[in-house]
Amino acid sequence: MLANYGFQDGSGDWFLVIDTDKCDGCGKCTEACPVNVLEVGPDEYDPFREEPVVKVREEERKKIRYSCASCRPGYGEKPAPCVITCETGAIFHSEGWKLLYGK
Amino acid sequence: MLVAGIDIGGKNVHVILMKDGTILAKGAAPTGINKTEATEQLYDKVLQQAGLRLEDIECVVATGSSGRRVSFAQGVIPEAAADARAVVQLIPSARTIIDVGAEEGRAIKINSEGKVLDFAINEKCAAGTGTFVDTMARALEITMEEMAEASLKSTESIPMNAQCAVFGESEVVSLIHAKTPKHDIARAVHDAIAGRVGSVARIVGLENDVVMIGGVARNTGFVESLKRELATDVIIPNEPDFVGALGAAAAAEAGVVEEKVEARVVERQDYDESSN
Amino acid sequence: MAEEVKEFWRWPESHWTNLDIDWKQGKIITSGVDVGSVSTQAVIMVDGELFAFSSTRTGSDSPDSALKGLDIALEVTGMTADNIDYCIGTGYGRVNVPMAQQTITEIACHARGANFVYGPAVRTVMDMGGQDCKAIRCDERGKVIKFMMNDKCAAGTGRGMEVFADLIGVPVWEIGPRSFQVEKEPAMISSTCVVFAKSEVVGLLEEGKPENDIIAAYCAAMAHRIVELLNRLEIEKEFAITGGIAKNEGVVKRLENETGVKTMEKVWYNPEYNSRNYPFDTQIIGALGAALFAMALLERGRVESARKA
Repeated sequence: MLANYGFQDGSGDWFLVIDTDKCDGCGKCTEACPVNVLEVGPDEYDPFREEPVVKVREEERKKIRYSCASCRPGYGEKPAPCVITCETGAIFHSEGWKLLYGK
Repeated sequence: MLVAGIDIGGKNVHVILMKDGTILAKGAAPTGINKTEATEQLYDKVLQQAGLRLEDIECVVATGSSGRRVSFAQGVIPEAAADARAVVQLIPSARTIIDVGAEEGRAIKINSEGKVLDFAINEKCAAGTGTFVDTMARALEITMEEMAEASLKSTESIPMNAQCAVFGESEVVSLIHAKTPKHDIARAVHDAIAGRVGSVARIVGLENDVVMIGGVARNTGFVESLKRELATDVIIPNEPDFVGALGAAAAAEAGVVEEKVEARVVERQDYDESSN
Repeated sequence: MAEEVKEFWRWPESHWTNLDIDWKQGKIITSGVDVGSVSTQAVIMVDGELFAFSSTRTGSDSPDSALKGLDIALEVTGMTADNIDYCIGTGYGRVNVPMAQQTITEIACHARGANFVYGPAVRTVMDMGGQDCKAIRCDERGKVIKFMMNDKCAAGTGRGMEVFADLIGVPVWEIGPRSFQVEKEPAMISSTCVVFAKSEVVGLLEEGKPENDIIAAYCAAMAHRIVELLNRLEIEKEFAITGGIAKNEGVVKRLENETGVKTMEKVWYNPEYNSRNYPFDTQIIGALGAALFAMALLERGRVESARKA
């Protein structure tokens, strides 16, 4: 499942996307994130899944645009730390940051 | 040299007439529905005030979200450029400018010469703008001035969950129903916008001195919330809502009728540090 | 209260009981309660068949609203809350459903509910509630494979339409029909932000623009907003739209025109439900999905019955 956490407003798409089929719940990204946006827990969107999965903390979902901005997702010299750390390639950001701040 | 600077924002238009760096006259008016008409009327009024005629003005530069509507201007410059130009004159130590108007908010990083190094904007969304405060003041049935005063009296910090002005309004209404004191709600509203504005400011990176301008800078309650949010002092120049027009006038005087803002020349943060 | 306050923005309340089912013969009785910001739905299923439902207003107290919703659904059935094996709470106020044994997100419940209502062909579900908007892609079993939710911004939620209906003083159920009573389709409202759109509408009213044109302009903007939200997911057929906004033809028709994708017909997948005239109400889909999950979890032995009587 592609879990899109975040929002869309007049200026763009601001989502941190988790591919739950790739996520193994290792939790390394939660430690890599400098602003503590991620957590590991039960899959809220698939009640039949037994393995834990990474997700964006509830209180962060409406402010992801600002929380993630410090890592310059999609346009920094390197990918965001959560993306770098994830060995299974389960995390990525939508285009909002890149389109608005990248140029 | 006789010049004019005109700033048409979302809600108000500001005009400044300047002669060799000295302000001769100035005025502000709501833009209403017909922004062009409101601007022309105000411009005539300010000219009259100064005893000048249209043809006396050698150069007119406009700025603001509707700057292009000033048909009689020789040029239009971006708000960030106008802000930077004026602020560095008023407060030379300024390095970060926070400009919050009725419908937009922006943070600008400048150097000692007033060059824009980086900027970030919040637009097309009422959260983090003066409109947000207006909406909440209406829900509280108090004026903006009362709201500013009230929030200064508050000692209680209540978090607001809503980012959106529409949802914020319902949240304020439920706080009123829950018998939350109005001054605490006022502070919660200011804290909420300050949080949003602070997030935008952090995109460019905060560097002292921080100067706040725009209509919302007149709201002392909000300024207190912003200081708390940024954990730094915030300098407010006199008449912060005229700064955009002042910058446009200064540009006109310098003969600058076109200006581009080059953003994103700030140093990048070190990723290795945070990923280790 | 001396005078009744006029409400232009709420859909009326309702409840229904399936007289074809004798619940006492049933083996498994489950319920789902969806506490939304504006309305609360309670659904009761007997052995996986729709038995009763209610749609009521959410009051200021969510636990009370949930209890009231279930009570109304149980009316005339002779069933009590104690007869229910398992109850799942969902929706924005799901943590405030006192009789629920468990909660499940409305995204998961919607996908499952839509799968039951519209059948396994449904791949994209767009739900627009009072305070949020959910776009879901699901597989033939109703499992979520992609989703996004917007609850940060009122534009593109039912609230946007409510604010508009209140502003121009036209009941929300008249918006759809009136939006087609225009000579020519007007340009849509350009502001995304509801607050800015409001000033735009006030401006148009002051200019003397016909009311129906403004209604059409707002419906078009709403439809466009939904399309923008859906673009992240890419619509795959079949496409179903649910929630309060699904009842607004003014938005749905314009959405279909813009995307070129027809929305699914409002008929039950189960032909018997249609021939027996079971009311088709997309607002109960979340609660229905919750009741189905309750059933599935019991059958799989993942949870135990909490039935008291």
